[in-house]
Amino acid sequence: MSLNEIIAKKFSSWEKNVLEKLLKKFPERQKEFLTASSEKVERLYLPFENEQEKYIRDLGFPGEFPFTRGIQPTMFRGRLWTMRQYAGFGTAEESNQRYKFLLSQGQTGLSIAFDLPTQIGYDSDHPMSEGEVGKVGVAIDSLKDMEILFDGIPLDKVSTSMTINAPASVLLAMYIAVGEKQGVPREKLQGTIQNDILKEYVARGTYIFPPEPSMRLITNIFEYCSGELKNFNTISISGYHIREAGSTAVQEVAFTLSNGIEYVKAAVNAGLDVDSFAGRLSFFFNAHNDLFEEVAKFRAARRIWAKIMRDKFSAKNEKSLLLRFHTQTGGSTLTAQQPDNNIVRVAIQTLAAVLGGTQSLHTNSRDEALALPTEDSVRIALRTQQIVGYESGVTNTVDPLGGSYFVESLTDSIESEAQTYISKIESLGGMISAIEKGFIQKEIQDSAYKYQKDIESNERIVVGVNKFSVEEKPPKGLLRVDPKLRDLQIKKTTEVKKNRNNEKVKKNLSALKVASSDPNANLMPFIVDAVKEYATLGEICSVLRETFGEYKENIVL
Amino acid sequence: MINCCIRKIFPEIENLSNGLIKGDTRSIAKALSVVENCRDKGELLINRIFLETGKSSVWGVTGPPGSGKSSLVDKLIEKERSLSRKVAVIAVDPTSPFSGGALLGDRLRMQSHATDPGVFIRSMASRGRLGGLSNASFDAVKIFDAAGFNTVIIETVGVGQSEIEIVELSDLVILVLAPGMGDDIQAMKAGIMEIGDIFVVNKKDKDGAEKMKTEIEYALSLKEGHHKGDRSNVVMTSAKSGEGTDMLHREICDQVKLSSSSGGLRERKLRNTKKEIERIFNMKISELFYEKGVMSSKIEQAAVEIQNKSMSPYEFVGKEISLFKGANK
Amino acid sequence: MAKKRILIAKPGLDGHDRGAKYVARALKDAGYEVIYTGIRQTPEAIVSTAIQEDVDFIGLSLLSGAHNELFPRVVELLDNKGAEDIIVFGGGVIPIDDFDYLKSKGVKAIFTPGAQIKDIIDFIELQN
Repeated sequence: MSLNEIIAKKFSSWEKNVLEKLLKKFPERQKEFLTASSEKVERLYLPFENEQEKYIRDLGFPGEFPFTRGIQPTMFRGRLWTMRQYAGFGTAEESNQRYKFLLSQGQTGLSIAFDLPTQIGYDSDHPMSEGEVGKVGVAIDSLKDMEILFDGIPLDKVSTSMTINAPASVLLAMYIAVGEKQGVPREKLQGTIQNDILKEYVARGTYIFPPEPSMRLITNIFEYCSGELKNFNTISISGYHIREAGSTAVQEVAFTLSNGIEYVKAAVNAGLDVDSFAGRLSFFFNAHNDLFEEVAKFRAARRIWAKIMRDKFSAKNEKSLLLRFHTQTGGSTLTAQQPDNNIVRVAIQTLAAVLGGTQSLHTNSRDEALALPTEDSVRIALRTQQIVGYESGVTNTVDPLGGSYFVESLTDSIESEAQTYISKIESLGGMISAIEKGFIQKEIQDSAYKYQKDIESNERIVVGVNKFSVEEKPPKGLLRVDPKLRDLQIKKTTEVKKNRNNEKVKKNLSALKVASSDPNANLMPFIVDAVKEYATLGEICSVLRETFGEYKENIVL
Repeated sequence: MINCCIRKIFPEIENLSNGLIKGDTRSIAKALSVVENCRDKGELLINRIFLETGKSSVWGVTGPPGSGKSSLVDKLIEKERSLSRKVAVIAVDPTSPFSGGALLGDRLRMQSHATDPGVFIRSMASRGRLGGLSNASFDAVKIFDAAGFNTVIIETVGVGQSEIEIVELSDLVILVLAPGMGDDIQAMKAGIMEIGDIFVVNKKDKDGAEKMKTEIEYALSLKEGHHKGDRSNVVMTSAKSGEGTDMLHREICDQVKLSSSSGGLRERKLRNTKKEIERIFNMKISELFYEKGVMSSKIEQAAVEIQNKSMSPYEFVGKEISLFKGANK
Repeated sequence: MAKKRILIAKPGLDGHDRGAKYVARALKDAGYEVIYTGIRQTPEAIVSTAIQEDVDFIGLSLLSGAHNELFPRVVELLDNKGAEDIIVFGGGVIPIDDFDYLKSKGVKAIFTPGAQIKDIIDFIELQN
C-alpha cells in the first residue's frame, strides 16, 4: 500500500469512527463555510497525491519560476517591504508637510494622492472642480505646485508612487522636470505611476479619453521610460479598485492580469521588444480580511503572470516574468461604526499582504470610512506594519504558509478559476472588447450585489454593523479640508499664468496638438516641453481632449 | 362643452394643459406622470390638448439590447439641435416582472443634453406589458407634440411586442442592429423586415458589419414591392465615433420629406389612428368585463367546472356575453 | 397606480459608484422605478433630470468629501425651479459633524457606509 492509500484509508476510518459520532452530538455552526469571496471551504485539507512532483511543478524555490513562493530568494530576511502610506490633501504646501512627517516616522517611500480635478485633467478653476479641489488628494495645476510638493525632499533618495492614470504622462513629465531642477539625472529617479486606464473604465471612474488613445499614451510612456527612466515603474496594474468595486478575489486576479495582457499586447504591437519594458511593469492588489484566501490570491497571481509572460509573450529575461506588487489594505472593509475595530482588520490584512510576499504596503487608517485620516490614525496604521515587520516573526522565513494543505489548495483553485476568466475574456476579443460589451462591469456588480445582500440578510457578519453594534457618540477631531482652498489654488495658478512665457506655452501646446494627431509620434517629449514652460495640467489635457475626444461611461445595470 | 366641464372638475388638469402647451417643463413632466398613473385624468388631459397635436415628427428607434440605440439617439438629438429643432425622447425600459420595479438607465448616454432647454428626455417603464409599450407612451407622444417639440423619438428594446407597437406609434421606424450579437438577426429577420423604414448597422468597424449590411439588403430585396435599383435604406454608423450618423440623419429627413409629399405619411397616420381606436376599444371592453373584480372570481369557478366537464369554455364565455348584453339593453 | 420614482445620481468627480449602483438595483428590487444617470453629474444636470423625470426623490452619492458644496447646491437649484417638493437624500463618506449642516440646507436624510437598504426604504415610505 502506498503512503497515499494509507492516508486515504485512515481518513475514511476517521470520518466514520471519530467525526460522525462527534457531529451527532455537536453539529457544526453552519451548513457550509465560505471564504469572503463565497468560495466553499472544506472541513479538512489533506496532503496532495503527488506531493513532490507538485512541489517541483507548482511551487519551486523563491526567486525561481513559477515564483509561487516569492520573487526573491531571501524575501523579508533580506529587507522588509517598502512601507508606503498613500497621502496627500489640500495644497502642495500642506501635503509637503505630511510627507516630511511620514518620512520622519520611518516611512520608506512616498505615495502621492492627487485630488479628483487633477486626476481628471481639470485645473482648479474649471467649473467641474467645484467642491473637489484638495479633497481626496493634493491639487496640482502646474509645475509650480509640483516644485512645492517636493520641496526639501531629494528625489534621488526617495521613491515616489503617484496614483495618476488618465493624465499620468503630464504628472510624470512634471516629476522629471522637478528632478532636473534638483539636479537629479533621469536614471536616478525611482518610483511608480499608476497609469492603468483599463481599470478606470470598470472600477474607479477617473478616465478622460477613450480606450484607443489612452492605450497610445501608455505605450508612449513605456517607450519613453525604457530609454530614459530605467528605474521607474511605468505602470501599476491595479486590482485594488476592482476589488473595492465589489469583485471577488478570483475576479481581482483575473481582471487585473487580463488588463496586464492588454498592455503588453499594445506595447508589443507598437513595436516594443517585450523584454525592454516588461521588467518595469508592476501590480497593485487589495488585502481583505480572509487571511488564507488573500495569501493564496497573491501566490496564485505570481504563478499565473509568470506563465503568461513566458508562454504567451515569450519573454526571455527573468525580470519580465516577475509579478512585483504593491498592496493596500481593503478600504471597503472599513466600517464607520466603532472605527477603532478597523485597526484590527488592518492588522489581519497586513499579515495577509506580508505572508503573500508583497513588495510594498499601504495600511489604511481606522477613520477612513468617516473622513480623511488624521495624523494620529496614520501613525497607528504605519505602526501596524512595523509591528508585523519587527515583532511578529512572520518575516523570519520565506513564504511561511507554503506547504499548508489549505493554502496550496486555495492557491490552485484561485489559479484555475482565474484562468477560466482570462480565457473567457480572450474569447470576447480581449479586455477592451470585454469592457465595451459590459462583461467585466456586470461580473463585478453581480458580486458586489450578492455580497451586500448577504450582509443585509445577516448571512455574513460584519462586526459592529449587523452584529455587536452599540450606540455611539459621533467621532471627534476628524480632518477637514478648508473649503476656501480652491480660491487660494486658483489665485496661485492665475499668478503662474501671468508670470510664465506665454508665447512659449502657446508654441509648445500647438506642437503637442500637431503631434497628437500623428499616431506614430511619441507625445512624452512634447508634454515634458510644455510642463517646463508651466503649461497647466488642464491646458495640456484640453489639447488632448480636442484630438482624442472623451470617454462616455458604459453602464450595464 | 367638454372643456368647460373639465375646468370645473379638474383645475389641476386645466393648469397642466395650459402649462404644457406653453412648453413649461414642469407641466410637461407632471402631465406625463398623469397619463402614466391615472387613466381617467389622463384621458381628460389628452382630450384637452388634442387640438394642439399633429405637428411633431415621430421616430421610433428599436433594436436588440446592446446594439447602441441610446448612443445613436444621443447623436440624433445633436443633429436635430444643430437645426434648432426641439427634441423629446421617450426611453422605454422593461419593468421587472418580479418586483414591479424598474431600473431606467438609457438616458445615461444622452446626459450631455440634460441641461439643454430644447431637449426633454423621459424614461418610462413598460409597467407590466412584457416587452410592449405602455399605453402611456402613446399619450406621452401627444403631450410632447402639444408641447411644441418638433421631433419625438421613442426608444424601445426590440423584443416581443414593442416591435409591432412602435410602428403604430411612429411616422418612421429606425431599426438598429450591430454585428457580433449572436444569430438573433437570422431569427428575427421575418418580423424585422416588416417594421423597419431605415436599417442601421451600428458599430460599423466591427467584424461582420459589411456582411450584415449585405444580408439585410438581400432580405429587403425579397420584400414585396421592392424594385430593382431602389435606393438602399441601410446605413452604416458608429455611434461611438459619430461616423455615419450624419448620413443616417439625412436619410431620416429625406424619408420624412418623401413620405409627406407622396401622401404615404398621411396614409400611415390614418392606419395608426385606426389601430389606436381598436386598441382603446379592446382595452375599454375588457375593462368593462373585468370591472370590480367580479369576473375574475367567476373565471376561477368556471375553470373548475370546465375541468370537471360540466361545460365547455365556449359555453361559459357565450353565457357571460349574453348576460352582459342583457344587462346593457 | 402611481409608482414612486427615484433618481440616483452621483454629483462631483468621484468614480466610486459601487454604493450608488447597489442602492439603484436594490430599490428596483423593492418595486420602485429608479433612474440612474452615471458618474460626474453636475448639480444642474441632476436637477434638470429630476424635473423631466418627475421623480419623487433624488438620492445623491458622493465619497470625495465635496458634499457640503454639492448637496446643498442641488436643493437650491430645485427651489429655484419650483421643484422643492422633490425630496433629497444623500449617502457616502459623510462625517456625522456635517449632518446638521446638510439637513439645515434641505437634505432630508443621510446614509453612511453600513446603512442597510431597508433603512432607505423605510425613509422613503415615511415621506408624504
